[in-house]
Order: sequence, then C-alpha cells, then structure tokens
Amino acid sequence: MIKKMKSSRFTGILFVLPSLAGVAIFILVPFLDVIKRSFTSVMAGEWVGFSNYQAIFTNGAFQMAAKNTFRFLIICMPILLGLSLAISVCLDKQTKFGQLLKSAYLVPMAVPVASVVIIWRVLFHKQGILSGLMGMLGITAIDWMNSKYAFWVLVFSYVWKNVGYNIVLWMAGLSAIPGSIYEAAKVDGASEWQIFYKITLPNLGKVSYTIAILSLLNSFKVFREAYLVAGNYPHDSMYLIQHLFNNWYRELSLDKLSAAAVIVALVITVIVLRLSNVFYGEEKG
Amino acid sequence: MKRKLILILLIILAGLICYPILFLVSGSFMSSQELKENLKPLITDYTDTYISIGLIPIFPTLKNYVEILLDSPEFFVMFWNSVKMVVPIMALQLVAGVPAAWGFAKYQFPCKKVLFTIYIILMMMPFQVTMLSNYLVLDKLNLINTHLAIILPAGFSTFPVFIMYRFFSDIPKEVIEAAKIDGAGAIQVFRYVAIPIGSAGIISAMVLSFLECWNLIEQPMTFLSDQSKWPLSLYLPTITPETAGSAFASSIIGLIPAILVFMAGQDYLEKGIMASAVKE
Repeated sequence: MIKKMKSSRFTGILFVLPSLAGVAIFILVPFLDVIKRSFTSVMAGEWVGFSNYQAIFTNGAFQMAAKNTFRFLIICMPILLGLSLAISVCLDKQTKFGQLLKSAYLVPMAVPVASVVIIWRVLFHKQGILSGLMGMLGITAIDWMNSKYAFWVLVFSYVWKNVGYNIVLWMAGLSAIPGSIYEAAKVDGASEWQIFYKITLPNLGKVSYTIAILSLLNSFKVFREAYLVAGNYPHDSMYLIQHLFNNWYRELSLDKLSAAAVIVALVITVIVLRLSNVFYGEEKG
Repeated sequence: MKRKLILILLIILAGLICYPILFLVSGSFMSSQELKENLKPLITDYTDTYISIGLIPIFPTLKNYVEILLDSPEFFVMFWNSVKMVVPIMALQLVAGVPAAWGFAKYQFPCKKVLFTIYIILMMMPFQVTMLSNYLVLDKLNLINTHLAIILPAGFSTFPVFIMYRFFSDIPKEVIEAAKIDGAGAIQVFRYVAIPIGSAGIISAMVLSFLECWNLIEQPMTFLSDQSKWPLSLYLPTITPETAGSAFASSIIGLIPAILVFMAGQDYLEKGIMASAVKE
C-alpha cells in the first residue's frame, strides 16, 4: 500500500515534469538572474545593494507609469465587472436571442489587435467618427488619442474587448444559483432589487474572485493596443508600466528594468496569494 | 413589457459592440473613390467634416482583397510566419500542458501547492516583466532572431495548464478508480479517461491560446530584429485615404482565422470559461 502511494506520487511529478522543465528553463531560472541583476550595477556588475530600487522609486517616469497603471486598474475593473454583471443579470432572464446576443458580445474578443488599431484610428481621430457624433451635440472636435481622454479610450478598449468574456463568466455563476431560492423569495414578496442584493450578489461571491483574477490578467493586455496606436511615448495619461519596461529595455537600462521586474512580480505575487485561498478552497473536493 | 424593453436595450448594446467590426467589413468592400471621400478628414485640415463609413458600401468591390492577395507578397510572408509560430506553440502547449494539468489536478506530490501557485503567478505576469529573463536565456541558447525565440517561451505558457486543470479536476474520482480496477495504468487512464472526458477543456484552452498567439505583438517585436520574420499581427499598414482599402481588407483577412477558430470552438470556449468560474 505504501509502495503504491509512493509510485503514485512519482507519476504525478512525471506528468508535470515536461511543462515544469520548460517553465524553469525559460522563466524561473533566468528570473533568479534578474533578481541578482537588480542588486548589481549594469556595467561593472558590482553589488550595489538596494540602490537600483532607490533609483526606480525616485524615478519620475516610474512614478507616473505606476500611478497610471494603478489608476487604470482601479477604474476599469469595477466598470467591467459591474457592467458585465448588469448585462448578464438582464440576459439571464431572456430566453429569446439569449445565445445570439451572448455571441455578439463575445465577438470583440476575437478581433486581432491590428484590426483594433485601424478601428481606433477611424473612431478616435480628431475628425473621426466619435468627434462626428460629438459634433452633432455641438461639442468641438477632440483629438482623443492625444489628450487626457487617451486614458479613457484605453478603458473603453479594455471593456469592449472583455465584456463578453465576463458576461459568460457571470452567467455561469448565475446558473449555479438554485432556482428554488428565487421562488421562495418571490413567494415572500421580495422585490427584484431585494432579490438581487440579498440572493444573487451573496451567491456570486466565490465566482467574483476568479472573475477578478482573470480580468486583472486581461487588463495587462491593453498595452498592445496602446502601443500599436500610440507607440513608445503615448500621451502621459496612458503611459503604462509596460511602456516604461519597454523603453528601459531599448535603452539597455537593465539595472532599473531588473529591479522594476522584481517589484511588479512581488506585487502580482501578493495579489495572487491574497486570492489563493479562493483557488485552494475550490480545489478541495 | 419590461422584459421586452430590456431586450431592446440589449440588442442596441450588441449593435454598438459589433459596430466597429461591421464598418471595418463594409470599408473593406468599398471602392477607393468611396473610401477617399469617406476618409478625407484623415489627412486634410477639414474641420467641418468628419469621417463616416456607411455600413453598406454603395458600389461593393473586391479590388482591395485582390490587391492584398495578389500584389502584396510581404503580406503572405507575414501570414505564413504567423502560421509557422502559432502551430508549434499550440503543439507544445498540448504536449507539455495537458499532462501537467492532469498531474496537478489528480495527483498528490510534494510542493504541489507551491508549484501551482507559481504557475498562477506566472500566468498573471505581463510579458514585460519576464522579458529580460526570456532574453537572457534565449541569448544564451543563441535563439534570438529565430522563430524558436517566440515558440519556446510561449509554448510553456502556464495559462492553458490553468484552464485545463479546472476541467480535469471535475472528473469524478470514481471514474478513475473504475478504470484502475479494470487494470489501466497511469498512462492508460490519462489516454483513455482524462483526454476524452477533458476534451472540452483542452479545446477551450486551445481556442484561448490561438487568440493569444495570433495576436503576439511584444514578443516578436522584442526578439525578432529581422522584420522578414515578423508575424501578421505586426502587419500595420498606414491608413491614408488612398491606402485605407487595402488596410481594411488586410485586417479582415487577419480577422478571418481568428473568427473561424472562435466560432468553431465557441461552445467549448463557453464551457471553458464557465468551468474556470464555477467549481462545486
């Protein structure tokens, strides 16, 4: 019996090994080198302690990029989560066209970044379609991508691409709530809002953590659109941490790049660990 | 009544969401004359007119597509480059990722939790954070400026493992036990139980991977200095009123494989998205 257990432990590792080897070779081991580099100078490779970290935290570009990225997450995540939840609650009650509408919301997910870029140029050009619409309301043309609105274009872009994905996620959560609870509440004379707050929301708690993690993951991808539309140095309001990494890489500021990579990796680790009880809570079963 | 009102709102919203794609499609069939007229505000200093693209071309034409498909050899090279990268990446994700997801889902071994947490953390990392690590090892292996520099790191992405893991953990213990009692070994259980039952998960992970790989931007730009090796995702024609037609057509051609894969896999994808959200 004990022998069998041991062999089963061994097989588990064997299944994981090919993937783990690749991950170790291409990311984990070199990342150790990056950690080492974050404590050394770029030219001589001497030990410099925390001075690279000091350098990035006092760096204006880093502060701006970190602030923008943080602001982006704080603003776009609630918008996306709220909007997609609202839509899926409405969609959940529609029997007709439900599937078709869901597909329509999912389409932007499949649109390649290069096509998105062309769409953005036509929509958000100073004389573009959006300005045209605004013109009808008597608002003068705005060069959306080169003003403080650039940030909002990015938010819009993120919500547009991910709303369908999140709707499907929420609807999965909604379908897991037993209908009998709703029936009981209705019998007790609860209003629709009461049902939403007292039944729907609390029952979605667990799902919403996973949705938050996946939304966060996807939020880092807006950089592609931002980069292809506006290049290395976009309007200040949409200068993200990824732009900064890119620029440091091109300028070979590898000391700063290493230190910043370690910091971002740490931040992500903290976020994931805080949510990991959710992942592991689900794993048991 | 109220339900109908909501339905109408939902349909309007769907229209808004799909509108940008529709005008792209419509624009790709417009004659150069019509596009020039529509996109005039792009270059000149008009301040009283705006870009407008109707959803139905007045004189539909295939000229833009012919131009791209017959007169733009670089477009084909890039399309082919994309295929040369996407196929091996996905193959590698299957070969390495499927067993890994199975191992994580159904076996106990030391450090499993720590390892899986590391996988999740790696999945979350934007490319820029691991860019330098990738570069260091690719440089050492002399792979910079080859397609392998893109294929290898992406092939070991941990995201598909995460998606497939969810599906595999859903397979009831009893099914596996039954197979074992019938004398199936670990490999046979994997081959004849895990893969067929978890196929929805595998397909949905692959659809998501395809959409990801078809859109690789940062990796090829960083690791491929030779532009003749760039994938289609980096084919970015400038749009002026004169060239807009072929720009629209090329972006539609780039969109077609993504839409096809997306439609073919949508049911699985939905199941996949769902499985990652709901786990009893």
